[in-house]
Amino acid sequence: MANEAAIINAVARTSLWLQPHRIVLILIALGLVLSAAFFMRWDWLPQYYEMGLIGIWRSLWILAVTCVLGFLLAVPLGLAQATGSFWFAAPAKVFCTVIRGTPLLIQLWLLYYGLGSLFPQYPWIRESWMWPYLRQAWPYGVLALTLSFAGYEGEVMRGAFAGVPKGQLEAARAFGMSRWKAFRRIWLPQAIYRALPTLTGETVLQLKSTPLVATISVIDIFAVSSKVRQDTYLTYEPLLLLALIYMTITGILVFAFSRIEARIPNKIG
Amino acid sequence: MKTVLKTFAAALLLGVAAMGVAKADPVKIGVAAEPYPPFTSPDASGKWVGWEIEFIDAVCAEEKLDCVITPVAWDGIIPALTTKKIDLIVSSMSITAEREKTIDFSDKYYNTPTAIIGPKDQKFGATPDDLKGKVVGVQVSTVHAVYAKKHFGSTASEIKEYQTQDEANNDLAAGRLDAVQADSIALGEFLKSDQGKACCDLKGMVAPDDEVLGPGVGAGVRKEDTELKGKINAGIKAIRANGKYDEISKKYFDFDIYGGGGAQSN
Amino acid sequence: MPHLPDLSQACLPPTQPSAVRANNPGATLIDALLSASAAGIIELLSPYPPGWGGTLLVGLLHSIEIALGATCLGLLIGTGGAYGKLYGGPVVRDLLAVYTTIVRAVPELVLILLLYYAGTDLINQALTAMGYQRVDISGLAAGIAVLGFVQGAYSTEVIRGAILAIPQGQIEAARAYGMSPGLLLRRITLPAMLPFAIPGLANLWLIATKDTALLAVVGFYELALATRQAAGVTKAYFTFFFAAGVLYLLLSLFSNLIIGRIEAWSRRGMPSLKEAR
Repeated sequence: MANEAAIINAVARTSLWLQPHRIVLILIALGLVLSAAFFMRWDWLPQYYEMGLIGIWRSLWILAVTCVLGFLLAVPLGLAQATGSFWFAAPAKVFCTVIRGTPLLIQLWLLYYGLGSLFPQYPWIRESWMWPYLRQAWPYGVLALTLSFAGYEGEVMRGAFAGVPKGQLEAARAFGMSRWKAFRRIWLPQAIYRALPTLTGETVLQLKSTPLVATISVIDIFAVSSKVRQDTYLTYEPLLLLALIYMTITGILVFAFSRIEARIPNKIG
Repeated sequence: MKTVLKTFAAALLLGVAAMGVAKADPVKIGVAAEPYPPFTSPDASGKWVGWEIEFIDAVCAEEKLDCVITPVAWDGIIPALTTKKIDLIVSSMSITAEREKTIDFSDKYYNTPTAIIGPKDQKFGATPDDLKGKVVGVQVSTVHAVYAKKHFGSTASEIKEYQTQDEANNDLAAGRLDAVQADSIALGEFLKSDQGKACCDLKGMVAPDDEVLGPGVGAGVRKEDTELKGKINAGIKAIRANGKYDEISKKYFDFDIYGGGGAQSN
Repeated sequence: MPHLPDLSQACLPPTQPSAVRANNPGATLIDALLSASAAGIIELLSPYPPGWGGTLLVGLLHSIEIALGATCLGLLIGTGGAYGKLYGGPVVRDLLAVYTTIVRAVPELVLILLLYYAGTDLINQALTAMGYQRVDISGLAAGIAVLGFVQGAYSTEVIRGAILAIPQGQIEAARAYGMSPGLLLRRITLPAMLPFAIPGLANLWLIATKDTALLAVVGFYELALATRQAAGVTKAYFTFFFAAGVLYLLLSLFSNLIIGRIEAWSRRGMPSLKEAR
C-alpha cells in the first residue's frame, strides 16, 4: 500500500514537473545540443581527451586542497575575531578585510610575479630546500586560493562562533569542563555545524575561482581549453564544453553537499 | 507582463547599443595588450609606441586610412579578428600555414631570426641536446610555442607557456625557467634592460624550420577583407619604396629587419 | 583615452628623485623588499608620465565605470528577471531558472570569454532582427554588457528574495486601489523591497568591482591590465601589484562607507534590525 502510494506520488510529481511546455523546452534544448554536436567541430576531442582529464583532475585537486587548508585556517581566524583580545582580533580582521577587498587575480599575480621576482635577490632562497617548490607555479596558486578561502570563510566562522548561545558554554563550564575541552566538545562542533550550510556556496565559489591559476601557467582544465582554442582557432566549442564541465562539477558538488547536510542533525543550538 | 518584458529587452539592447555606437568607421588595428618592446609597447601616458606602431601609422597615412590602435589579449587576437572586434592584426604575428587556414596575411613586413636566452651562469646552446632536462618558457600561441614543442619537446623537461612575453622573461630572471625562446629582437631588448643584463645572456639562434616559423611577420586580415589586404600591401610597398620604412627602422635598429628569408619571429 | 589631470595631480606632489636615490647606501629591509629605493618607487608611481601612477588611476577609473555600468545593467536585468520569476508565465520562469543556474555554476572567467566573443555577435543579430542597425560595440560597452549579464543572474535572486519579503498585504492593497502594474512597481514594490535588497546588492557591487579585474584576461583596459602593463614595462612587479591591491582595497573600503549610509537611508522609518529581531 505504502509502496503504491509512493509510486503514485512519484508519478504525480514527475507529471507535475514534466508540464507540456517543459517537454517543448527540453526538446528545443536537445535540438540545440544535437545541432551543436553535428554542426560544430569536435574532431579535436580525441587528441585532447587525455590532457583534459588530467586538467580536470588538477582543478579538483586544487579545489580540495585549498578548501581543506582554507577551512583549517578559517577556524582560528573566526575564533580570534569572535573572542580574542584586540591583539588577536585586529590582525585577523585586517587579514579578512584585505583578502575580501581585493581581487583574487591581483593577489595571485602579487604572489607569483611580485614575490617571485624578488626571490633571485636572495641566494640563500635559491640554495634552500624550498627552491624546487618555489620554482613551480602551483604552490603560489594553492597559497593564493587557500588564503582567499580562509578570508571569506573566516568571516563566516566569526559569525558562527559568535552565534553559539552563551548558555551552552556556561553549562559546559558548569559541568566542570576545562576551557579547552569546552571549546573542543561544545563550541567548535556547534560553530562548524552553523557554518556548514555556507560551505556549499563557498566551495562552488572556490571552484569558480580555480581557473585563475591558469594565468600563472598552471595547466588546469581552463588552461587545457585555452590550449585547444589556440591550437585549433576554434572559439566556441572548447568554451562551451568547458562551461559544461564546470556545470557538471558544480552539480555534483551541490548534490554531494546536500547529501552530507541531510545526514547532519539540523536541530542544534 | 509580456509587453513589460519585451520593453525591458528592447531597452537593454538599445542601452548597450547606444553606449557602443562609434562615430566614424575607422580601421581597428589590433595589437597585443602587453609590452612587447621594441615593436609595440604602452608608455606611461597610456600611448602605444614602438617600431610596429610607427610602421602601421606610416602605412595608414600612405593609404589614407583612419587607423586606431586597439589593444586586445594576445591569446584571443585571432578570434577578435574573426568576430570583427578588430580589423587588422599588427602584432609581430608570423605568417604560417596553420594560421592561414583561419585568416589571411598581408605581405611580410619584417623577418628576424629566433633566439634562445638563458641564465648567465649556465653554458649551453640552442640545440635539442643543449636543452636536455631544462624548463623552456615560450609565449602561448606563438610560432615559438609550436617550434619548442616540436624540436625540444622530447628533450626539455617542460615547455611552459606564458600569456605574455614579458612574464616569460620575468620568470627566467626569477630563476623559474632555464631558457626562453622568442624573437631575437624582442629578446635582445630584454637583455639590454637592467633585469635582463643582470641575469641572462644569449645562448644562440635555433635551427631554421620554415614550416613552423614561416616566411616572416605579416598583418593579419579577415579572409573576406581583400580590399583592406590590398591597401595594406600597397602601403607596405610604397613605404618600402619611398624610404619611410628605412627611416623608421633606423630609429630602432642598426641593421635591416626586413630580412631576406630564413627563420624569424612571433 | 580620457585623462584625469585634476585627480592625478592632486594625489602626489612632484618629486626630485635622482638626488634622493644617490645617498641611500644601506638598503633597508623595506627597500630590499620592494626591489628599488623608496625614491625609485615614488618615481614609478608618480602620476606624471615618467611614472605610471596616472595610468593606474585611469585604469581605476575604467574599472569603476565598468563596475557601475555592470551593476546598473545587472539591476535592470535583475528587476526584470525577478518579476519574470515571480509573475511570469511558465516558459519565462523556466528560462530564467536556466539563466540563473548556468551563470551561477560556471566560472566568471569562462562566461566572460564566452560572452565577449558570442555576446556582441548575438546583440548585433538581435538588433538586426528587431530592425535596428548593426552597431560597433566599444570595449567599455562590451565589458559592461558581459559583467552586467553575469550580475543580472545574481541580482535576479537578490531582488526576488526581497520582493518576497514584502508583506503581501501591501501589494494586494495597491492592486485593490486599481494601480496599474507599472505604477505598482514604481510606487510600492521597488521602494518596499529596497531595504531587503540593499545588503545583497551592496555585496554584488563589491563583487562587480573585483570582477572587473577578470576582464584583464580578455584584454580590456582597466586597473588590472594597466597594472600588468606597467609592471611588464618597468619590471617592478611587486610594487605595481601591491599598489593595485591598495587601490582596490581603498575602493572597497570607500564603498562600504557609502553602502552603510545608503542602508541607513533605505531603512529610514523602519524599526532597526536589532529591534525587528
